Amino acid sequence: MDITSYSLAQTHNLGEKLGQILPAGIVIALIGELGVGKTCLAQGIIRGLGVKDRYITSPTYTLINEYQGRCPIYHFDLYRLSDPKQVVELGYEEYFFGTGICIIEWAERVRQLLPESYLEITINSIYEEKRRFRLLLQGADYQNLMDKFRKIYT
Amino acid sequence: MNILGIETSCDETSAAVVKDGCQILSNVISSQIKFHQKFGGVVPEIASRKHLENICWVIEDALRKANVGLNKIDAIGVTAGPGLIGALLVGLSIAKSLAYAQRIPLIACHHLEGHMHAITAQGIKAPYPAAALIVSGGHTSLYLLKRQAKYELLGQTRDDAAGEAFDKVAKMLHLGYQGGPVIDELAASGNPKAILFPRSYLEKGSLDFSFSGLKTAVWYYIKKQNIDFDKDFKHIKDIAASFQQAVVDVLVNKAIMAAKANKVTNILMAGGVACNSQLREQMQQTAQKEHIKLYYPDPILCTDNAAMIASCAYYAYLRGDRAYWSQNAYSNRPLEE
Repeated sequence: MDITSYSLAQTHNLGEKLGQILPAGIVIALIGELGVGKTCLAQGIIRGLGVKDRYITSPTYTLINEYQGRCPIYHFDLYRLSDPKQVVELGYEEYFFGTGICIIEWAERVRQLLPESYLEITINSIYEEKRRFRLLLQGADYQNLMDKFRKIYT
Repeated sequence: MNILGIETSCDETSAAVVKDGCQILSNVISSQIKFHQKFGGVVPEIASRKHLENICWVIEDALRKANVGLNKIDAIGVTAGPGLIGALLVGLSIAKSLAYAQRIPLIACHHLEGHMHAITAQGIKAPYPAAALIVSGGHTSLYLLKRQAKYELLGQTRDDAAGEAFDKVAKMLHLGYQGGPVIDELAASGNPKAILFPRSYLEKGSLDFSFSGLKTAVWYYIKKQNIDFDKDFKHIKDIAASFQQAVVDVLVNKAIMAAKANKVTNILMAGGVACNSQLREQMQQTAQKEHIKLYYPDPILCTDNAAMIASCAYYAYLRGDRAYWSQNAYSNRPLEE
């Protein structure tokens, strides 16, 4: 499923809608270059999951930011990591295979560690603030997720 | 009174011995910068394992350099959060074990409160009331320091921290990791007015920050320019200087605004980005014009270190703060609580 966003506000809204329907336990892999809006989309998803914290910020330095919405949320940023081994050392299994929702920026760096089923979102920059989002479900689980999303995102 | 400070909240493993909260006897930081350079990549010591490998020798080294035996340590101060749980637990566990074995008090510190004590660690009396700007790779926050241990969050970044923007722009300019110092150096011979990058001041009167848009603007600028990173040094220096100016303008503007809005005449700066020479200079000049007194620590105490934690723990000790043996690490918690 492809979606075009023309502004940061639209990107945030897209994330928020998606967050409202995400099932607990799912992993969201965010893929896209620097400055393309991964954190902005993640902020929307986290809000959509019911997080009321005043600030939802970039986890580039902290590597993982944790929130409590309608389930635990782990916002990862693997930008500073170059080797999947480092993610192994972070104790990733507890997060990726737990009951919370993981949102992973720069997920392409740990593709081999991701669970069999996950939602992949690739973001491409068209120009200025215009972005194309490609939502692709990997694996056999969560099959009704995209239908659900289509219904609320029009 | 000797306090052993321990800090393992992010990349650095650090231990320090500080006497009476104001005299640093030792401050050992197992800086991973050398490690990065050796492997030529971004390898933060996120791994709890790395902290585990370091923590014992870092503490031993801190005691040795201070020439103080463990039996002459009166209390232990440790960062309990915010940070990476796995990393924090390494410092917290050893701090608990040592305090328990030595039968001395344990004090749990908030990392950001630690940064505010970097100046007290080096013997400067803490200014109250003050506006405090904590600016680093992971944080960009403004606090009102009403009195000791009384903090109010005035604003913080809504997306990227200022230090993060420095590192990402450095990477865009092919300048490697640890972007702050490199950009600072290049900017000194660049033209800060060469390119007008956006300054995000947000809503009128807001003391929040946003550096994500600036980062993206620099990215688009570089993409459009087709720069030869091995040759166009003048251009790279101009980009570095113009970017740095955009960050510094916002930081100075908001810190001064925070002080004036709260009618305080002191500003305290801390955190890794507080080392930036342009920030120090411009903040100093602007503060002077506004009759505001500016405080900031020595560069080594700006980055994450255990001396500031020991100093923070000293004042907490005097207030009667003690951690229970059940003290846990926390990934995120407001300083005000």
